[in-house]
Parts: sequence; structure tokens; C-alpha cells
Amino acid sequence: MSSPAFFEYLLRLGDDRLVLGHRLSEWCGHGPILEEDIAVANIALDLIGEASLLLKLAASVEGKGRDEDALAYLRDAIEFRNSLIVELPKGDFGFTIVRQFLFSVYSMLQMDALQKSVNADLSGVAAKALKETRYHVRHSAQWVVTLGAGTAESHQRVQQSLDDLWRYTGELFIADDVDRQVAASGEGVDPSTLEGAWRGQVLSVLDRAGLRVPDAGYMQQGGRAGRHTEHLGHMLSEMQILARSHPGASW
Amino acid sequence: MANDTTTTRQQPAPSDSQWPLWEVFLQPPKGEAHEHAGSVHATNAEQALQNARDVYARRGEAVSIWVVRSEAITASTPEDMGPFFDPGNDKPYRHPQFYKIPRGIRV
Repeated sequence: MSSPAFFEYLLRLGDDRLVLGHRLSEWCGHGPILEEDIAVANIALDLIGEASLLLKLAASVEGKGRDEDALAYLRDAIEFRNSLIVELPKGDFGFTIVRQFLFSVYSMLQMDALQKSVNADLSGVAAKALKETRYHVRHSAQWVVTLGAGTAESHQRVQQSLDDLWRYTGELFIADDVDRQVAASGEGVDPSTLEGAWRGQVLSVLDRAGLRVPDAGYMQQGGRAGRHTEHLGHMLSEMQILARSHPGASW
Repeated sequence: MANDTTTTRQQPAPSDSQWPLWEVFLQPPKGEAHEHAGSVHATNAEQALQNARDVYARRGEAVSIWVVRSEAITASTPEDMGPFFDPGNDKPYRHPQFYKIPRGIRV
């Protein structure tokens, strides 16, 4: 029988991807060039698709009659369990790319490890997500290098984005009781075990891009416990308005 | 001088973007030949490959992608229509339509 911890864990996985997918979708029609507009929208769709599967699984684990739409559209910010890094406003294109890169490497390692989950549904979702995420890493890493090693302005912008985002990366690897429980049961993965590999992969791309690794300083946290930045509420009000104004509508 | 095709057959300059144009060729499944699918803008080859994937091959249309800078392609021009393509048509013996096609073979 599945535990409340596993439900909580699935919410974290699903919410990270739902919120980041929505942030990326904000680029639709605003990309720097048509091809990149399509690429970013594709990645957004991948993430929202993953979120849909993960939240559906979360809803069935919870067993209280909610479905994935109820979890996505009818929860308030305080009930969301995403990390803070994914809810920050999309910023300029460099910021979006650096965030995408930092998260995608994390997600790739996470999904790779989750393929071995004892929960067959989750390991199936992880196998599908891993394939998509490998491409997200390739796409965003290519852009980090292009912009980092590009013009003085592009370099300065991605370096600034990296400096601004770095303090939100620590939260991704903090393990609490929920993580330890699902790791012990074999359903989930302790995120702290991913940090070494993440750092290795991220640093090698930053090196190719000629970007300076920010100093390890104070790290922001709180998202996993529902303590979010002001930005999430504003984002949810836009994301949820349709579902909340027309309860039960289908299209 | 008259044979200098590179000066007489220049591609039109891309006016809609500061980025170079790349032509995209997709190989459909089952080992068929690559076919021209369209073009994308990109600043380098890897980016061109990724853009081609996102624009033309994200629904499983291809098992392989080629990209090549559009300016690397030398193309025939509309003025070539006559000298390049007409001569074959007034020599019927170049066409195999006099052969009887066995029953059961579809052309």
C-alpha cells in the first residue's frame, strides 16, 4: 500500500514540471526566432505531459477521488510542492535557458534513477521522461555554450542569470523525511544522492561556455513545504483561471 | 568567366533574419533516401540540427536528419529550364514507354 509520503513525493515531481512547463509556455509567440519559439513550446509540452502523468499517479495514490486536473488547477500556492527555481518569472531568454539547463540536468539524473522505482507506474513515466529530458539537456546546454561564448552582452546576461539562479539550486538536493521514506521503500530517490553528478555535468558545460561558477553561498528553500515566492501565486491565477471559472468544463 | 557559376547563381540574401539559413533533409523510416523537408535558421550546425528536429521531425517523421548551409547549394535557375530539361523530351527513344509491361507490375 502506498504511503502519504509517496503522494507528497509525486506532487513534488509533478509540480516541478507543471510550473516550469507553464513558465516556458509563456514564451509561446515571444521566442527570439520562430525555430526557438517552437523548440521552447515543445519542451513546455513535454514537461506538462510529464506533469500530467505524475499528478495522475499522485491522485490515484492519494485515493480521495481527485484527478490530475483537480491537483493542477484547484490547489492554491501554499499546497504546491515545486522547488522555487521553477516558479521564478521567465526573465530574458538567457535566464530561461540557464534555468532550463540547471533543471534539465537535475531532472535527467532524477528520471534515470527513478527508472528503477519499485512502483511500476512511476518507473514507466521515468523511462518516457528520461528520453525527453536528454533532449532538453542537449538543447539548453547548446544554448548556454552559444550564449556564454557569444558576444559580450550575451555572456554578461547568462553569467548574471547564472549568478541569480545559483542560490535556488541547493533546494533541489535537500532530502527531508519524505525523501528518505520513499528512498527506503524503493519508490523514490533521495535527491541528495544526485548532487555530485549534477555538479559534474553542469560545471563541464559552464566551462565550455566560459562561465564562472558562482560561489556557494546562502541557498533559498521552502518550496517543498509550500513556502513560495510571490511569483507563484500570480502565475497560478493566470494558469488556473479557466478551470476555476468553468468548473468541470471539458474541451 | 562565363562558366563561373558561383557568381552568376547566388542565393537571395536572407532578409528575414540575421541568422544563416540551413536546408533540412529527412530520412523517413524504412531506409529510404533523404528528402528535402524545408529550411531553418540557426547560428551553428548543432543548433540547425536541433531546430530541424523541432520543426520537422518531432512527430517521428524521420530516423536521420541532414542539415547543410543553404549557400552551399548550387541550384539550377529558371533560365536553365530549356537547356537543362527540354532536350530529353523530343527524343522518344530515351523513354522506355515502348516496352510492354508484364501484367501484375505497377508503374
